[in-house]
Amino acid sequence: MQCEICKNKAATVHLTEIVDGARTESHLCQACAEKEGISIKSQLSLNELLSSLIAAHQQTDGQDTGEIQKSCPICGITMDMFRKQAVLGCPNDYEVFGKTLEQLIEKAHDGNCVHKGKVPANIPQQEVLNIAGNTDKADEKEELKRRLEEAVTSEKYELAAKLRDQLKTMQ
Amino acid sequence: MRLNELSSKTSQWFSAEAPLSDIVISSRIRLARNLAGHKFISKCSDDEKQEILNTLKETILSLKILGDIFFVDISHGSVVERDLLVERQLISRNLAAGKGPRGVVIADNELFSAQINEEDHLRLSTLSAGLNLDKCWRRINEIDDAISEKIKYAFSSKYGFLTACPTNLGTGIRVSVMLHLPGLKMTEQLKQLFEAAKDMSLTVRGLFGEGTEAVGDFFQISNQVTLGICEEKIVEQFMTLIIPKIVEYERLARQNLITKDINILDDKISRALAVLKNAKLISSHEAMFLLSNLRMGVNMGRLKEIPIETINELFLLTQPAHLQMNKGQNLDTEQRDILRAETLRAKLN
Repeated sequence: MQCEICKNKAATVHLTEIVDGARTESHLCQACAEKEGISIKSQLSLNELLSSLIAAHQQTDGQDTGEIQKSCPICGITMDMFRKQAVLGCPNDYEVFGKTLEQLIEKAHDGNCVHKGKVPANIPQQEVLNIAGNTDKADEKEELKRRLEEAVTSEKYELAAKLRDQLKTMQ
Repeated sequence: MRLNELSSKTSQWFSAEAPLSDIVISSRIRLARNLAGHKFISKCSDDEKQEILNTLKETILSLKILGDIFFVDISHGSVVERDLLVERQLISRNLAAGKGPRGVVIADNELFSAQINEEDHLRLSTLSAGLNLDKCWRRINEIDDAISEKIKYAFSSKYGFLTACPTNLGTGIRVSVMLHLPGLKMTEQLKQLFEAAKDMSLTVRGLFGEGTEAVGDFFQISNQVTLGICEEKIVEQFMTLIIPKIVEYERLARQNLITKDINILDDKISRALAVLKNAKLISSHEAMFLLSNLRMGVNMGRLKEIPIETINELFLLTQPAHLQMNKGQNLDTEQRDILRAETLRAKLN
């Protein structure tokens, strides 16, 4: 889409204004938008980031898993409620909405979905051994390769580039 | 409550005698934790919140490793008392404005705080002046270990520490460094900094955090990714890569200003001093903005007559809640602007 003002550069700023119920849309390039005094936030806040991720998921997630209709038996929250308030109701939600949340978690954490790092004092040793942070390098590489392929097939190129860089540093 | 004792002195994290303190104001590490077997805050009744508050308060107050420790009940405090704690970075705006039973344990001369019933059940935080993240990490890790020996945290082997918002999942760590970047601002290079930060999955916010505009060229930079990377690695990236790089750019920008725009620079500093020494009414926004210019002047060797400690002290003493607490009464905006101007004149003349 071309910029409506200079008719030259690609429109990257899409503004929707609603004045007295009338909706107008403008599509401008960065430079023209700045000239028009539309400030462009270059930094998304965490909540905005999360809301945009949740919105992006709205059409695709949950349908095949049935999670969209579920509510947590402990706190009663549904995915719809989570989308509105951006916080979960209880730790159990991570189990109940596992598949839907995993996609979201991966996006919010640069493609990571397994904890590495500190384990609290009172967690049984057996559980600690299952934590991916304690696997060896070869496993980690395989996992990265698998995720890289996945990212390329699903055309998530930004993620793919990051994974490729991670792999490079490991080698 | 010992809040009136706090309001008359500078926070330790605003000390001038710390690594890179001409540019790095302070380092902070926060850990988000929740109790196993309880719902997250948004789904808790007031009774459940009270139970969580009691458990965590007692656990933390009983720790032998914390010195000079006290608890502040936020649900019963006045607005000025809450704002004072926000201005001193001991609690978030979120906790101040929250509902139901909640509070904060403060220790280690204000360098440690544990907010209870914020977005998560527990938010531990350690602060330090200058670039001192490894010290913050060692201390918070030790305190977190001591707490986890007494209570059970919500933890999964796959996702690590479970948090109310999935953006904090895993380590629950938020590493933040507050920077004073007047050089990058004057040379119009902040946009590049923001873009570089975004590429590295870092967040940049104005002073006093969370969504407010940057006042007086103070910026807080923090990590976004909390899952899949261990705490030490995040701390190391900040200590060896991210912050030294920004400090280098800021120094370069300051050097350029001295060689190319010395008159503009000196004019800015002199005007700031003139207004601060003479104003009869001044808003906190204007005071902050002008104090930032003074701070730049002192740290760049352009202003010799004012000690940096005085300026650091004034940043806190001129905040709305500090003014009211030290005066011992509630003041409206105009009364605050008068008192702020008086305070500035008294300290700078």
